[in-house]
Amino acid sequence: MTENSPNIQQRPKTAAVGDVAIELVGINKHFGPVHANKDIDLKIRRGTVHGIVGENGAGKTTLMSILYGFYTADSGQILVDGKPVKINDSSHALELGIGMVHQHFMLVDNFTVLENVILGAEDSPLLKTSLAKARSVLAQLATDYELEVDPDALIEDLSVGGQQRVEILKALYRGAQTLILDEPTGVLTPSEADHLFKVLETLRAQGKTIILITHKLREIMAITDDVSVMRQGAMVKTLITKNTDPAELAELMVGRRVLLRVEKGEANPGDVLLSVRDLEVKDDMGVLRVKGVDIDVRAGEIVGIAGVAGNGQSDLLEAVTGMRQASAGKIQIKGKDLRFSGDAGGALVRKLGLAHVPEDRQEAGLVIEFEQWENAILGYQDDDKYGQGVFLSIAAARAEANEHIKKYDIRPANNRLKTANFSGGNQQKIVLAREMSSNPDVLVIGQPTRGVDIGAIEFIHNQIIAMRDAGKAVLLVSVELDEIRSLSDRILVMFDGHIVGEADPATATESELGLLMAGIEDQSATKPENNKERTK
Amino acid sequence: MEFFNSSIFMLDSSIRLTVPLLLACLAGLYSERAGIFDIGLEGKMLAGAFAAATVAALSGSALYGLMAGIGVSIIMSLIHGVASITFRGNQIISGVAINFLAAGLTTLLGQTWFRQGGRTPQLSGDARFTGIELPYAAELADVPIIGGIYSELLSGHNILVYVAFAAVPITYYVLFHTRFGLRLRASGENPKAVDTAGVNVNFMRFKAVIITGVLCGIAGAYLSTAQSAGFGNNMTAGKGFIALAALIFAKWMPIRALFATLLFGFLDALQIRLQGVELPMIGEVPVQLIQALPYVLTVILLAGFIGKAVGPKAGGIPYVKER
Repeated sequence: MTENSPNIQQRPKTAAVGDVAIELVGINKHFGPVHANKDIDLKIRRGTVHGIVGENGAGKTTLMSILYGFYTADSGQILVDGKPVKINDSSHALELGIGMVHQHFMLVDNFTVLENVILGAEDSPLLKTSLAKARSVLAQLATDYELEVDPDALIEDLSVGGQQRVEILKALYRGAQTLILDEPTGVLTPSEADHLFKVLETLRAQGKTIILITHKLREIMAITDDVSVMRQGAMVKTLITKNTDPAELAELMVGRRVLLRVEKGEANPGDVLLSVRDLEVKDDMGVLRVKGVDIDVRAGEIVGIAGVAGNGQSDLLEAVTGMRQASAGKIQIKGKDLRFSGDAGGALVRKLGLAHVPEDRQEAGLVIEFEQWENAILGYQDDDKYGQGVFLSIAAARAEANEHIKKYDIRPANNRLKTANFSGGNQQKIVLAREMSSNPDVLVIGQPTRGVDIGAIEFIHNQIIAMRDAGKAVLLVSVELDEIRSLSDRILVMFDGHIVGEADPATATESELGLLMAGIEDQSATKPENNKERTK
Repeated sequence: MEFFNSSIFMLDSSIRLTVPLLLACLAGLYSERAGIFDIGLEGKMLAGAFAAATVAALSGSALYGLMAGIGVSIIMSLIHGVASITFRGNQIISGVAINFLAAGLTTLLGQTWFRQGGRTPQLSGDARFTGIELPYAAELADVPIIGGIYSELLSGHNILVYVAFAAVPITYYVLFHTRFGLRLRASGENPKAVDTAGVNVNFMRFKAVIITGVLCGIAGAYLSTAQSAGFGNNMTAGKGFIALAALIFAKWMPIRALFATLLFGFLDALQIRLQGVELPMIGEVPVQLIQALPYVLTVILLAGFIGKAVGPKAGGIPYVKER
């Protein structure tokens, strides 16, 4: 960058594609004892999509939050167009043309799209003119970048993809030249993700610079020009995307070789251990979420349920695991009916031999304020081996906890550490260790690797396969299609409360599954013979 | 005609009893819409009432009294703000502390300064807000219906009454049609969205809390220098809490707040009216039972009638930027 134009507005005209738009030099950031960013150097070229990959806790989001002014760095320098700048808050970043789309959307749910777009960028004390202006700018942006949203819709009524478009529109409305996206596809369906990538390509073609934070290597390969890898707070390497491959990136991320594919042998299905018939489940609001579902899971097989989040999978899981009363239908665990009143279901399913790894480990799987050893026996605390009557044998519980730590490689290996202080992956291992160690016959797992690092994912997947090979019946629900495809022996696709299709993971393609997940009937997927109802 | 006249009289006193509730309710609305729960409306009103009566008594000017009431109430608000915004303390506890502080201090200072058992000296003349005759009120007084409504119901109130009712549309406009209102509401719903949009959340919340102080101060001044002629011990008598109930009943909307407080004001007027009256079939109802009516209704309304009232999502949670 040779011209240091003081006027931000003129920058796009004077700058050329390929120049360094943003440069970070020696960035350091501590959170208490945690050194989140260590001496980070990074150059972002204008008009490119620059990927930043790394495991959870590698410091990607922290680094970008520093660039966006949400945090301030302890030391280091930020250069925008070659000029050193101090970014103390988000409004400063916005003035410099840097916008960010956060992983958790920064939107006010009960405001309209327009209100959200102008928030903080109002032109005058009265809203009328700003709203009118935003309306016309939004219409223009919608046609330029395929970012259509109804400007008068409430955020809470929009789909997740729609909310994300609003976030992008917010940044563009503020004149962002550089757009930071933090894990943008984590919450999207495959088709929504494709749409997002199309939008990003258009933005790049119009000269915008895009920084894409992700841990999905497929996305990095698909859309980025450059890619930087971070590990444990440090910048490992920046590469040209077309000169690298996923295996190399994974190795850089984790620091060792990683198998990206799950190795598993043939399944040997046995007797039906979990059987669901004509199941109907209502949610807290009384809305019917599961509308007549039949599922059989046999010993020694993994049945995966694919679907866009919110199509009844969560409610199905809750009913099967005794967390929620089914409104109709029958659930059998090893031939015994699941019948309970009140909140006795959780204990009952355990007694029948079903273990449950909940979708949301922090909400349903762990008491986050407990120490690890307490969580290690949670739900099994009444077992005889942990003491008699009202007494709890702390020694036995701690021994069990240490067993889990050793077998499941939970780090740090300290059963007295508060659960909240473990990383997401290790918290998940705490739950998995507890449930798998109870030696169940049926294992129900929701989102086994949500928010879990690549290294831990490999481990967790292998554990699930090992359970299957030990003759357990495994029911798996995940919004990660890749995960469903690589683990399952049979895939059921759920849409709008129905099982709309069954697919063989060996032959079904992603687009076939995507169509089913979107509720569009596809010829190639076989119809499960025991499903009476089908939706279009 | 007899019934009409007594109805007008009832409504007239409803309006006068509604004013402090309405002001306090709107005060709470600003604060809670910005995400700061304020259980200390009562205390702020009480402190404002005491300050207004004291200064009015000493200066002989109701206006100076009003200014003092607002000033003291703002100071109380800022204490709440510093405790719960700057130092991220628990907003409920801070609010309760404000209530205790006000109840204790007003009694202590009142007794120390005036030695009348906590009362301030009787106010008269310019030291009180007196009624304003609207134009042609006297001429229209004898016109049937219209005269009753205009001359009795609408005319003859003091300036603070008109201020209170004018505050409703103003609040509505500010909240929903201005930049300030948009940011204020967003601060109470999702402060992170406000922060990432480049607006200082805590400063926003302080502004809201100061407006709360102003309105509570006016409400207090109304009680001691307009409705009564001086400050009496604990003269707010739970009005701050009823205002809070009305706020929830109104689901944090200004126009609904008007009707909610009017309802409570009407109940209060009814309660006064029913005292000593022989009811057909029932006979004379004990005065304590009648006095309890507004409070009983508060409980019933809050428990059963309004359904689920969902307040501002970020209400009660201090905004923490750094993790």
